Amino acid sequence: MYQYVLKRLLLMIPTLLGAALLVFLLLRLVPGDVCVLRMTGGAGYVDPKAIALCRSELGLDRSYVVQFLTFIWDFVRFDFGKSMWTGRPITEEVGLRFELSLQIAIMATITAIMLAIPLGTISAVKQNTWIDYVVRGFSIAGIAMPSFWLGILIILGLLITTKSVFGSPWMPPIKYVPIWVDPLYNLSMTIFPALATGYRYSAVATRMTRSALLEVLREDYVRTARAKGLVQKLIIRRHALRNALLPVVTIIGIEFAFLMGGLVVTEQVFNLNGLGKLFVASVSNHDYTMTQALVMLVVTIFVVTNFVVDIIYAWLDPRIRYK
Amino acid sequence: MTIATDLGTSIELTDERKPRSRLAATVRFARRNPLGAAGAAVIIVMVVVAAFADFIAPYNPVANAFDRMHEPPSLENWLGTDQYGRDVFSRIVYGSRTALLVGFASSFVGATLGLVLGVASAYFGGKIDLIFQRILDVFMAFPLIILALSVIAIFGTGAENVIIAITIPFIPRCARVVRSSALAIRELPYIDAARANGFSHARIILRHMVPNVMAPFLIMITAFVGQAILLEASLSYLGLGVQEPTPAWGLMLQGGAEEYAESAPWIAIFPGIAISLAVFGFSLFGDALRDELDPRLRSQ
Repeated sequence: MYQYVLKRLLLMIPTLLGAALLVFLLLRLVPGDVCVLRMTGGAGYVDPKAIALCRSELGLDRSYVVQFLTFIWDFVRFDFGKSMWTGRPITEEVGLRFELSLQIAIMATITAIMLAIPLGTISAVKQNTWIDYVVRGFSIAGIAMPSFWLGILIILGLLITTKSVFGSPWMPPIKYVPIWVDPLYNLSMTIFPALATGYRYSAVATRMTRSALLEVLREDYVRTARAKGLVQKLIIRRHALRNALLPVVTIIGIEFAFLMGGLVVTEQVFNLNGLGKLFVASVSNHDYTMTQALVMLVVTIFVVTNFVVDIIYAWLDPRIRYK
Repeated sequence: MTIATDLGTSIELTDERKPRSRLAATVRFARRNPLGAAGAAVIIVMVVVAAFADFIAPYNPVANAFDRMHEPPSLENWLGTDQYGRDVFSRIVYGSRTALLVGFASSFVGATLGLVLGVASAYFGGKIDLIFQRILDVFMAFPLIILALSVIAIFGTGAENVIIAITIPFIPRCARVVRSSALAIRELPYIDAARANGFSHARIILRHMVPNVMAPFLIMITAFVGQAILLEASLSYLGLGVQEPTPAWGLMLQGGAEEYAESAPWIAIFPGIAISLAVFGFSLFGDALRDELDPRLRSQ
């Protein structure tokens, strides 16, 4: 087991290094320069000396190899440096927005689980009945509907209902306040983006629950449970669901990492100042340090989630360890 | 019907069960898989609308009409007009061209490149396969939209660049699935036979292995088209995809849709329905195709 954990741990290193190299190269392929943009807004003349000075201050005049090695070395020491655009420490800039994005991501995950497991279960138990078709239609609709459009519809619905009920239209607040300061205000802001993202996210998990449960329901031990006269409810809850949930948990775990990326669009709709918006802004500002830090954050979350999922699998199923 | 006792009858039996014509096969498919047939119907409608957009659309999709801004749906403008007075229905009709172009081009190119790379990696095996797998890991760790946004930042916006931006994240996703199918094929005797005949690597890969992984390849393509349409809409919505005045569904939701959501909700509602229907159609059809071609993949 220790050997397996060590092997999987070591396998994370090439992925992280490769991701670092990829984002490093991609950013440098983008035409333009943060110094020129910062001084002129992209147009007009600036003294080349001033630009050269700015570039040397930011370390952009060094060779790519040196820049890359510095980036890796800083990353290993968890030293992310300063944003090239605002000049403020990256940990501070990210910290401001991380809370908001993380909260929405967690709430979306909870929404997804609360939708997916009951719906997937009922759909599997009532396979090929109208209930099954409705649930499957509902979950495919979740995949098909763009989350930003769902967001627009939610805002539209809010505007229309609040206007007809209270007389004046109400919009979710856009200034972030932590949940422990003003829970009601915080929730009124985060609940709608969480629902919009969570519904889409639940669609994949619902389908997974359904197919995993269908497979388990054909197992011998379920027949045994039936044969000994157990009630359907208990069979599902105690025997089938517990065994079917493993792949569901996996997909929820893996999708969680991608949720951070999916927030790029949702945050735009609800006008939230989160990580997704920061990413779009820092790419267009040629803010190399900030973009690198954000991409590495998302990639690290993904790689670590995968690692944890693999370890849990190996711990539960000894066959995987010896493959 | 009795169970076949010798080879002759068993062949007869399979012959009898074979559909007599394409039409019969289609009807059988629709019976067995009503949801898939519904998906196929949506796709066919979409293709027809895109092909005959010139005859279907009542107005020019890019002509501004500042005397007719924010008109609600009426007999003249079935789905109303947008903030420039353009007919929403006509823009949706022409927008299907953009969606299908981006959807098919990027999924076809992405899946084909993934197919060749995936099969080659499985065929060569050993160190090459190991290194290739690590490279796939790197690409797979990037969320689709983040990779696409980075590519857009490099090449700029516009329909062609959106196709490139969507193609690139698809390559590793297809390569991974195809590789695992190809790994099983590599061990089969006919590959050994081809090798013993002294065929070149390229010939074995393209003529002997690729045709045998067509099922996962086709499944991936249909799954990708829907995703590509969704991704194109997201990029255009962020203002980083197809640019004005080209009619594109995601673009129609940008700007005007939110600003005038309350006074002119039709600008926001109808393009979104178009996107959802299109992706819905491709997802349903893709699921049905997967069930038909490769029952082993059903659980995924």
